[in-house]
Amino acid sequence: MEVKEKKTKEKKHAVLKRIAGPVVTAVNLDAHMYDVVKVGKEALMGEVIKIQGDNIIIQVYEDTSGIRPGEPVENTGLSLAVELGPGLLTSIYDGIQRPLAVLVDKMGNFIERGVSAPGLSHEKKWTFKPLVKSGDKLEAGAILGEVQETNIVHRVMLPPNAKPGIVKVIKSGDFTVDEFICVLEDGREYPMIQRWPVRVPRPVREKMNPTIPLITGQRILDGLFPIAKGGTAAIPGPFGSGKTVTQQQLAKWSDAEIVVYIGCGERGNEMTEVLTEFPHLEDPKTGKPLMERTVLIANTSNMPVAAREASVYTGITIAEYFRDMGYDVSLMADSTSRWAEAMREISSRLEEMPGEEGYPAYLAARLSEFYERAGLVKTLNGARGSVSVIGAVSPPGGDFSEPVTQNTLRIVKVFWALDAKLSQRRHFPAINWLNSYSLYLESLNDYYDREVSPEWNRIRSWAMEVLQKESELQEIVQLVGSDALPESEQVTIEVARMIREFFLQQNAYDKVDTFCDMKKQYDMMKAIKLFSDLAYAAQIAGVSPSQINTIKSKNELNQIKFIKDYKPELAKIEKEMDTEFNVLRSAA
Amino acid sequence: MKEYRTINKIAGPLVFLDKTEPIGYGELVNLVLADGTVKRGQVLDTSDELVVVQIFETTAGIGKDTGVRFTGEAIKMPVGREMLGRILSGGGKPIDGGPEIVPEKRLDITGAAINPYARGNPSDFIQTGVSTIDGTNTLVRGQKLPIFSGAGLPHNKLALQIARQAKVPGSTEGFAVVFAAMGITKEEANYFMQDFERTGALEHAVVFLNLADDPAVERIITPRLALTTAEYLAFELGMHVLVILTDMTNYCEALRQIGAAREEVPGRRGYPGYMYTDLACLYERAGIIKGQKGSVTQIPILTMPGDDITHPIPDLTGYITEGQIVVNRELHRKGIYPPVNVLPSLSRLMNLGIGKGHTREDHKKVSDQMYAGYAEGNDLRGLVAIVGKDALSERDRMLLEFADIFENRFVRQGYDEDRTIEDTLNLGWDLLSTLPVEQLVRIDRELIQKYHPKFRTGAKKE
Ligand SMILES: Nc1ncnc2c1ncn2[C@@H]1O[C@H](COP(=O)(O)OP(=O)(O)OP(=O)(O)O)[C@@H](O)[C@H]1O
Ligand SMILES: [Mg+2]
Repeated sequence: MEVKEKKTKEKKHAVLKRIAGPVVTAVNLDAHMYDVVKVGKEALMGEVIKIQGDNIIIQVYEDTSGIRPGEPVENTGLSLAVELGPGLLTSIYDGIQRPLAVLVDKMGNFIERGVSAPGLSHEKKWTFKPLVKSGDKLEAGAILGEVQETNIVHRVMLPPNAKPGIVKVIKSGDFTVDEFICVLEDGREYPMIQRWPVRVPRPVREKMNPTIPLITGQRILDGLFPIAKGGTAAIPGPFGSGKTVTQQQLAKWSDAEIVVYIGCGERGNEMTEVLTEFPHLEDPKTGKPLMERTVLIANTSNMPVAAREASVYTGITIAEYFRDMGYDVSLMADSTSRWAEAMREISSRLEEMPGEEGYPAYLAARLSEFYERAGLVKTLNGARGSVSVIGAVSPPGGDFSEPVTQNTLRIVKVFWALDAKLSQRRHFPAINWLNSYSLYLESLNDYYDREVSPEWNRIRSWAMEVLQKESELQEIVQLVGSDALPESEQVTIEVARMIREFFLQQNAYDKVDTFCDMKKQYDMMKAIKLFSDLAYAAQIAGVSPSQINTIKSKNELNQIKFIKDYKPELAKIEKEMDTEFNVLRSAA
Repeated sequence: MKEYRTINKIAGPLVFLDKTEPIGYGELVNLVLADGTVKRGQVLDTSDELVVVQIFETTAGIGKDTGVRFTGEAIKMPVGREMLGRILSGGGKPIDGGPEIVPEKRLDITGAAINPYARGNPSDFIQTGVSTIDGTNTLVRGQKLPIFSGAGLPHNKLALQIARQAKVPGSTEGFAVVFAAMGITKEEANYFMQDFERTGALEHAVVFLNLADDPAVERIITPRLALTTAEYLAFELGMHVLVILTDMTNYCEALRQIGAAREEVPGRRGYPGYMYTDLACLYERAGIIKGQKGSVTQIPILTMPGDDITHPIPDLTGYITEGQIVVNRELHRKGIYPPVNVLPSLSRLMNLGIGKGHTREDHKKVSDQMYAGYAEGNDLRGLVAIVGKDALSERDRMLLEFADIFENRFVRQGYDEDRTIEDTLNLGWDLLSTLPVEQLVRIDRELIQKYHPKFRTGAKKE
C-alpha cells in the first residue's frame, strides 16, 4: 500500500507552470523538440520549442486566455505534420491545416479555440484507379494509382520513407483516404493518406538546374525578369506597392499546374477575395476553374502567431507533395516578413538573445532552409516536378536594408523590387526595372529562342538598354529640361516612355490586360522597336523630335494591350506608323 | 471571491503579486483600494510563483494594502441597443449623466477573429460626398481605411464630414456610428460632440471618450470596447456601423509604455515587436460576414509623428489596413480643404466597389487618368522651379496646368459640400478635357466617345 502510494507520488503529472501569451511552460513532461502536445483542459494544440532543465517550453497554436498554472499537458509524441491525400485541392486551411470551412460548421463565423479538425475528409470516398499490379516491385515514392480529384489527377504514392516492397494486393474502386488500397508481400498495408512532418523537406532523387520559365502572363516579369520553374523569387515593397496583387496575378495566371497560396499574417479580406474570385476564373491553359488547382492557407494577422509561424511549413510541405506526383507547383507566401515577425515574437518570449532588429539569430538559417525547399527535381518515382517559391517581403518603412529583405536577397535568384514612387503614380506593376534582376536569364535563353522567337533575347536587351539610357538622361532633364537634350536623345526619351507605359504597365483589373501571353508580349515590344527604328531614321533625315511626337498612330499602340484579338489592329497601326513617318520625311 | 494582499512590486502600469492560487492568463482583475475604490486590470503573465497584472487606470493609491480579486473570466463588456445615443468613458462607464446601460449581452472585448472563410466580399460603394475619396480612393462597406494626418491638420473635420455624409446610395438599412477617442484633448472632443449634436448624429452614435488627461493605459481597452460594441450592433442587430478611432498614435504610445514597463526588448523606435499583431487585432475587426446583415467599416485616424509616413505607427497601420487617406500639410498651407494628397493615398478595395452596377463604368479609367496627369504635373513643379516654364514642352505645360486645376477644383470642396458620385466623375471629365484627347491613353476610346465633354453632346446619365 505504502509502496504504491510512493510510486504515484514519484510519477508526477505533467502540468503547466507558467502562461504568458502564446508561450507556456510545462513541467514533469517527457518531451523532445518539436513534439506536438495538448495543452490545458481544452487540449489546445502546441509544439515543444525549447527544453531547459525541467522546463518544457511550448508554443501554442491557439489563444491561451483563461488557461491556468496546474492544468494538464499531454505529449502526443508526434511531430507537427500535415495530412496528404485526395481532398487538398480547393481547400482553405489555417496555419496548422485545419480546414476553415469545417471550422465555420463547427463553431460559426468567428474562430474560437479548442476545436480540432483533420486536414482531409475521412468520410468522403474517392475513386481509386490502380496503376500497379500484384507482383510489381515498388520503391519509396512509387505511384500506386490515381484519383480524379478535381480536373487534376491526384497520384497516390507510397510514402517517401517507405522501404521497397512487392505488391501483393492492389485494390480498385471507391475508398476513403483511410482504407487500405495496397498491401505488400511483407504485410505492410497502405491507405491513400500520408502524414508528413512539416519541418522536414520531402526527399527527392536529384535536384536539377531550372531551364524553363514559369510563364506568368505579366509582361515585366516574363519579359524582363523571368523566374524559372523550380526557381525562387522575392518581391519586397512598402505597403500598398503591389505585393499581394502581383502574387495573386501569379496564382491566377502562371502556367503552374498546382498553386499553393499562403496568406501569412495578412488581411482576411484578401483571402475572401481569392475565395470568391478564383472559382469564376478560368485557367488560360485548361479552361477549368482556377480554384481546382489551388490550395489556400490563410492564417491572417489576427489569428494566433504560433500558427502563423507554422503556416509557411504547412504550405511548402503540401507543395512538395504535389511536386512528388510530377507536377509543376508554384507557391506564394504573402508575407514572409510576418512569418519572420512571428519567429521574433516567439523568440523574444523565450528570452533568447536577439540578433539584428530583435530577430532571432537563426532568422537567416530559417529563411534559407525554406527557400531551399524550392527546386526542379527528379522525384523518387523518376518524374520531373518542381516547386517555385515566390515570397513577398514587407520591409518596415519600405527600407530594403532591413534583415528580412537582406537575408532573403542572399538566397533567392530573382528580385522584383517594388517601388513606392511608381505605385504612387499608378504605374503598375510598380516593379522598378532598374533595381530588379533575374539570375535565370541565361539559362532560359534557349527556351525563348525555341518557343517565342530567335529575336526575343536581342529585343529584350534592346529594351533594357533604352530604359537604362533613359534613367541617365532623366538626370540631365531634371536639371535643364528635355528641350536641351540632343535630338536623338529626345527620341530615346520618347521610346523609353512607350516601353514604360505601353509595355511595362499592365492593369491587373482589366479583363484582357490582366494576362498577356509571350507571343503578344513579343509582338508589342517589336512594334515599339519598329517605331524606334523609324523615329531614329526620320530624325537622321532631318525630322524634329517635336514632329515625331505628333505621330498619332504611336499612341494607338497603347490600346493593343486591351484588345484580345489584337493582330489586325496592330498590323493597321504599324502600317499607319509607316505612312505617317513617310509623310514627315518627305516634308523634311 | 478570494482577495489577495500579496502585491510585492509596482512598476509603471504593472502590478506583481506573489504566490496565489492558479490564475488564468488574460483574466480580469479587480483591485480594491483602501478607500474602497475599485480599479481594473488584466493578467499578463501567470505562474506558480508570480502573477503580473496590467492596470487600466493610474496606479495611484495602489499599495501593499490593496486587495486583489481575480474574477476568473476575461474582460467582458455589457452591450445593448440602448447604447445608441450614449456617451461613455474610455473604460466604458456612462459619463453623460444618464442611467447605467442595461445589458442585453456581455461580450469578451478581445473579440474572436472572423474566419476568413465566413467573410463576405466588401463591395457596397459608400458615397462620402468627398471627391478625393469617392472619385479616386473609394470607400466600401466593411473596409478599414485610415486617415494619415499630422499635428494641426484638419483630419477631425474631414472625419466628421465623412461620418455625416456617408451613405450607400439607394440603401435604407439601419446604420450607426461608433466613435472612440483615445487621448484627444477636451477641445477636440467637444468639436466632435458639438457636430454630432448639431447634425443629430448622436442619436445613432455610441461615443467612448478617453481624453488626454485620462489614464494612458485605459487607451488599450477603449478601441476594444468600441469595436465590441460595433460588432454587436453590426452582427447581432444587423446595422451598418462606421467606427471612427482617433487618435491611434496615442493608443500606440500607451502600448509602448506598457512594453517598457514589462522590460521587453523594444522593436523599432521603442515600440513593442508585437505592435503589428496588436494593431491587426483591432483593424481586422472590420468586415462583413457572408449571408449576414450588417457591416463594420473603420476609419482610424492617426497623426504621423513629424509627418513621417515611414514612422512605425503609420507604417504598421498601412501594412494592415486596406489603403489610407493621406492629409497633407502643403495643401493645407495653400488653403485647400480637404487637404487630401491623392498620390500617396489609396483604397485597395476600390476596384470591388466601383464600375458598372456600383458607380459608373468609366470610374476606374477616369480615376487612373487623373492620377497619372496629376502625378506628372506635380513632378514638373520641381523642374519648373529650376528651369522655368519656358523650357517646358507644350505637353508639360498642360500637365502643369492640370495639376493646379486638379487641386483647386477636384480636391478643394466645402465642408458642407456633399458631391454625388456623378458630380465627382463629371468634374473629373471636365478637368481631363483640358488635356488633348490623344493624351488620355489610359481611357478606352469607347468611354471617351461616351463621356468626354467634347463628344458628350447630351450624353445621358446611366
Ligand atoms: N498590377 C496592378 N494593376 C493594377 N493595380 C495594381 C496592380 N498592382 C497593385 N495595384 C494597386 O495597388 C494596390 C495595392 O497593392 P497590394 O495590395 O498588392 O499592395 P501590397 O504591396 O500587398 O501591400 P501590403 O504590404 O500592405 O499588403 C492595389 O489595391 C491596387 O489598387
Ligand atoms: Mg499585401
